[in-house]
Order: sequence, then C-alpha cells, then structure tokens
Amino acid sequence: MKHLIGIKDLSISEISSILELGEIYREKLLKDKSSISKDLNGKVVLSLFFEPSTRTRISFEIAASLLGATVVNFSENVSSVQKGESRLDTLKTIEAMNVDVAVIRSSISGLPYLLARDLDRIRIVNAGDGAHEHPSQALLDALTMKIKFGDLKKVRLAIVGDILFSRVARSNILLMNKFGNSVMIYGPTTLVPKEIQKIGNVKIAKNFDEVIEYANVIMLLRIQTERQNSSFVPSTREYKKFWGITEDKLRSCSKEILIMHPGPVNRDVEVASDMVYSDKSLILDQVTSGVAVRMSILYHLFNSTPNS
Amino acid sequence: MANLLIKNGSVYCYKNKINGESLDILISDGKIAKVGKNLNYECEVIDASGMFVFPGLIDMHVHLREPGFENKETIETGTKAAAKGGITTIVAMANTNPPISLPEVYIDVVERIKKKSVVNVLQSATITKNMEGKEITEMGLFKELGCITFSDDGKPVYDARIMQKALVYARNFDVLILEHPEDVSLSSGGVINEGVKSLELGVQGIPNSSESTAVARDVLLAKESESRLHLQHISTKESVELIRWAKSMGINVTCEVTPHHLVLTEDDILGHLDTNKKMNPPLRTEEDRESLIEALKDGIVDVIATDHAPHTKFEKSLTLQEAPFGTIGLETALPIVFTKLVKEGILDFMELIKVFSFNPSKILGLSQKGHISEGADADIVVFDPGKKYVIDEEFFVSKGKNSCFLGFEVYGIVKYTVVGGKVVYTVS
Repeated sequence: MKHLIGIKDLSISEISSILELGEIYREKLLKDKSSISKDLNGKVVLSLFFEPSTRTRISFEIAASLLGATVVNFSENVSSVQKGESRLDTLKTIEAMNVDVAVIRSSISGLPYLLARDLDRIRIVNAGDGAHEHPSQALLDALTMKIKFGDLKKVRLAIVGDILFSRVARSNILLMNKFGNSVMIYGPTTLVPKEIQKIGNVKIAKNFDEVIEYANVIMLLRIQTERQNSSFVPSTREYKKFWGITEDKLRSCSKEILIMHPGPVNRDVEVASDMVYSDKSLILDQVTSGVAVRMSILYHLFNSTPNS
Repeated sequence: MANLLIKNGSVYCYKNKINGESLDILISDGKIAKVGKNLNYECEVIDASGMFVFPGLIDMHVHLREPGFENKETIETGTKAAAKGGITTIVAMANTNPPISLPEVYIDVVERIKKKSVVNVLQSATITKNMEGKEITEMGLFKELGCITFSDDGKPVYDARIMQKALVYARNFDVLILEHPEDVSLSSGGVINEGVKSLELGVQGIPNSSESTAVARDVLLAKESESRLHLQHISTKESVELIRWAKSMGINVTCEVTPHHLVLTEDDILGHLDTNKKMNPPLRTEEDRESLIEALKDGIVDVIATDHAPHTKFEKSLTLQEAPFGTIGLETALPIVFTKLVKEGILDFMELIKVFSFNPSKILGLSQKGHISEGADADIVVFDPGKKYVIDEEFFVSKGKNSCFLGFEVYGIVKYTVVGGKVVYTVS
C-alpha cells in the first residue's frame, strides 16, 4: 500500500491485514507500550492539517511516535484556488526535506489524490477530505466492532445523522459493503439524499423504530452547527427529539444495541449525555482502536504484510 | 473577378436543400459567385473530392477572454481555434475584464478584433453594467456600434425585475438577450451535477432545478414582455419540457445545447482530478442527455453552441472542488458531433448544418450567412469525413488545453476554412 486515500481503493485482504495488525497493536497499547517495535524508526511523518482536528491528529501523532517515527506538524488554512500555487510550493518544499509520510486533513474532497499525483516520493494518508472519505475512521470503527462482535459479519450497523456531508458515513458504508454487510441509514431527509442507495448497499430507514429493529450498533454522526444556519435542520432541540438517541428510545427494545460516535459529541443532541460513557457506548473504545489502527496503517505503508 | 474555386465537394446546405450533391462553388470578392456543376475558372482551386463542403459554422457561445484574461485565451488564439474547428462566425461573451458594459470598451475590443481575428466575431455586451445585475447597459448606443447581442453569461441576471426590464428594453433596438439560466441560490457552492456522482465524490451538487426554475422564470418573462429571448447551454430534461411548452404557447424563445451535454454525462467524470469535465451547467444524467438529443432533433433545441471556456493548465490542475468551470470546445465540436451523433446515425449531417449554421444565422439575423447561395458570404468549410485521430493536447491551437474530450478517438477533420472568400485555415 503506497498511500491510504480511500476505503474505495483498498482490497478486502488489505483491510483485513490492517485490522489484524491493529488488533495486535491494540493489545500492546493497552498492556505494554514498550513491547512495540520501532518499525518506523528513521521515518519522518508530517501531520498536515488544513482543517481543525484534535483527536485524529493526536491519534496519528501518537501512533507514529510509538512506531519510532519523527513526527512534525504543519497547519495552515490553505484552501482557496488562489492559494493553490502556494500550496504546491509548500508541499514541494516539504518533499525536498525528505518527509516520508504526510497525514493530511482538509475540507477539499479529493485533495489527497491531487497530492499523490503531484508529489513523487511522499506517501499520503488521508485523515479526512471534505465530504469524501475518512478511511482511518472507518478502519478504527471496523476494528472496534470486530473486537466487540468477534466477526464483522455479525454487525448490523445503522448510521444516523448527517449523511450528506459525512465522510465518516461514506467510508463506513464502503467498508461494510466490502465485507458483504448492508448499512441502514437514518436522518433528516435534508441530510439523507435518496441517491445514497445507488452508491452502495444501503437501506434508508423511515423511522427510528426501523433502526432499532434492525441494528445492533447505531453510529451517531455529529450534527454541525452550520447545518442549522443553512436550514438543513431547524434547531438542535428538534434534531434531538427526532434523531437523537436516548435511553427512552431504546427502552422498548429487548436486545442490546451499542452506540458509536466519531466525536466530538454534541451532548444531548445526537446522544443523551448519560449515554456517552455508559456500558452501551463504544465511544472510548473507538478512540483506543484509533491509535492502534493508525499504527497499523503507518506500518502497512512500508510493509506489505505484517511481521509475525 | 473569380478568386477561389472549390471543386467536386459533396455540398450540404440546409436552406437550399442541397444534401451531399457534388457541386463546384466559385467565390469572388468574398461572396459566393456561382454554385453549379463543372465550373472552370482561372483561379486558385481547392480539390474537394471526397470532402464535405458546407456553410461555415456559427458558434453563438464563445469566451475569447480578451481583454483581461489573456493567460487563458486571446482574440488571436481563440479565433484561430475557431477556424481550425470549421467555425467562421462566433458570438463572443462579454465577461472579460473589464466586462463589456460600456460602448467605449466595446470600441476598443472591436479594434482588437479587426487586427487579430481570423473569423467573424460578433462581440456581445453585458445585459447589466459590470454584470452586477443592477442596471441595464446602454443597448441603443451599443446597437449603433454594431452590437446585436447582450449577455451576462458566466452568471445569470439574478433579479427578475431587472431581467424583465432588459427584455422589454431590448425591443427598442431589436437586440437579442442571451441568458444563462441559473438560480444561484440553488447552485451556489456546487461543483458537479447533484446526484449519485456528487454523493460518491463527496462534493456539493448543482441540482437540475437550479437551471429549470430559471428557465421557467425566463420564458414567462419573455411571454409577458413579448420579447425575444435566447437561452444558453440548456442541460436538463426539465428545461427541455419548459421550452417545449413555451414554444407551443408561441413565446419567442430559442435555445442552445453544447456538444459536451449531448455526448457526456456525470458518469464520465473519472474522479476528483478529472477537472476538464467540470463545467457550468454540469454534465447531467443519461436521461437528461437523451432528452437533449431528442429536443435537438425535433426542433425544441435550435442551436449547437460550444460554450468554449479556456482556462490555464494550472487552474485545471486542482481538485474538482477548486478548479474553475469550463471546457474548451471550438476545435472539437464538429468532429465530436460528427463522430458521436452523425456517424452513430442519431443526427443527419443536414441536421447538424441546420443547428450549427443555418439556425444561428436566422437567430442572429445574418441573412448572408449559414447557406450556400449565389450572393451569400463566402464562409465555407471543407471537411474530410474519413480522417481518424485521437484528440490530445497537441491537437489544440487554443491557449486552453482544458478539453473534456481529451483521449477521444474521432472521425472528421477540417481541411480548409474560408472566411469572406479567404482561406484562413488549412490543415497542416
């Protein structure tokens, strides 16, 4: 794997290999960090964030550090067309400094493909591009579910919230579909375009009852405040009432349903505050898996199969 | 005195119903002097055996970019590209820098055109001053200088009241309003067609309704004001149906479609870096494309026009989300339409000549163009229908290389382009 840009570009065996090693790293991470071999010793990993992020960035930086890489970070708000030229100059300059990996986050869909095309040597890891993909998130979600359920085939995932603008939803749908799983989608109609059913094996739920009936995991997506300003949803209280998850909504259900959230959570909007860290929540598990999966991703950039 | 004789070509002329008959055309003093069999004169002779010979194409929608954006295109390179494409008359858009909103600017640009252009250029002025959509331009003064078309293309006239005034005022001077129909409150921020592809790529979409609601507004304004209106680059099936209705109501509306909307769909966009297929209006769906072809055949769509929109290599070397809208089209329109529609049996060559030469001449009131008749302007194309080649960047004389048809294998190449009796282009 030269770059990690989208789940779309990965084979099932590549995904499985990343998850397998991720599980091993997760064990080491939780039990004995000193047992982690410094497989990225001598490599320089740059985290290049054109868009604000806390957890993804820290997670990648910890992952790279634990593998012995030298980690540097660079952030600048470069997104407009006029700045395209200076952006290229910046990247060419960074490449000339012999950086090995660039972990990139930006609001521009497809920017990692552009960098992979225009830069010769740097390996690109997409940490989220616009509304396109967020592959490391989908991989960490998959690892979290795999550990919990033993097998991804046992997962019945429903994603609830802002599907239209969500790179997390796209990458998760692509990944689950690759393993033969359908994904249920639910959210306000302004944020759940019907064409989503044509880009993957997806079923749109008509109401929350359908979601509860189908799912054993509900992944809640963050509702961005700017969506409210542009009339996708009229208010957070309305969102909470119809699409937010509460103990009450799950009460009628006999089976166990777990909840996930890529974070940061809007408490009492997507998820009732008392559920965020409850025993039904995998939210902190996701964060831990995140570091492990990102270690595995970085490892796979330089090694096709993990060492035994 | 005779100065050019085109012999033995298969001649096509919609107006005179000449459908591939082998005829000779004698040109004298920039006009067609005689059309007939076995003409012989002591003058320069083009042997057009095996070639199609037809009236020069008239492209109602071209961005020459001069003045202001000479890094993208100039009057010289743009008109040379037209000549290479068999296009002998173009309507140049007015969204230059400065925009052509003052007669003084128009005079300057027309001077440049006289010096640099190799084909006929009808320079448009803007509908509103500086394309701000607030006040209409001095259409009477422009008309006195020879300007007959007005367009804010690049953007629509957003305010319906201003659009209505422009349509009514244009009647004073019998000038033509060319409108880019788009409701920017629906399209703003959009990158490609809103649908499966925009979702897949995670970019904001441009819905069909952003065009069709504007078309509805514009035809209703034309109806009420009893004015002529030409709608630019129609791309959706809903627009087609609205224009069909408008024509059935007797509203004086005409419209154009581009070769790329006739041939490509959003499915042809290969990914985030395929920026040459980013244009406004965007490539739509197969259903829309089929509707446009049907409308072209049954006369609801009047005209093929290129919307030739050159940009620099760097501007198009960005992501879909960042790159500017537009594809070049002058040099590929004829071979693409010929290959994808005529050779496929979808459109007769006669129909092609009708929508790409005769109809534009009628809409623009150019009675001496768009047909092969004695006394008409000698704007003529000699076209080799058998030549097969692949469109690559080296093919273009336009400064812009941003063609959505790069890599396409096509048939048919222009051998000679004659403008006003002079050969302005010969294939090398």
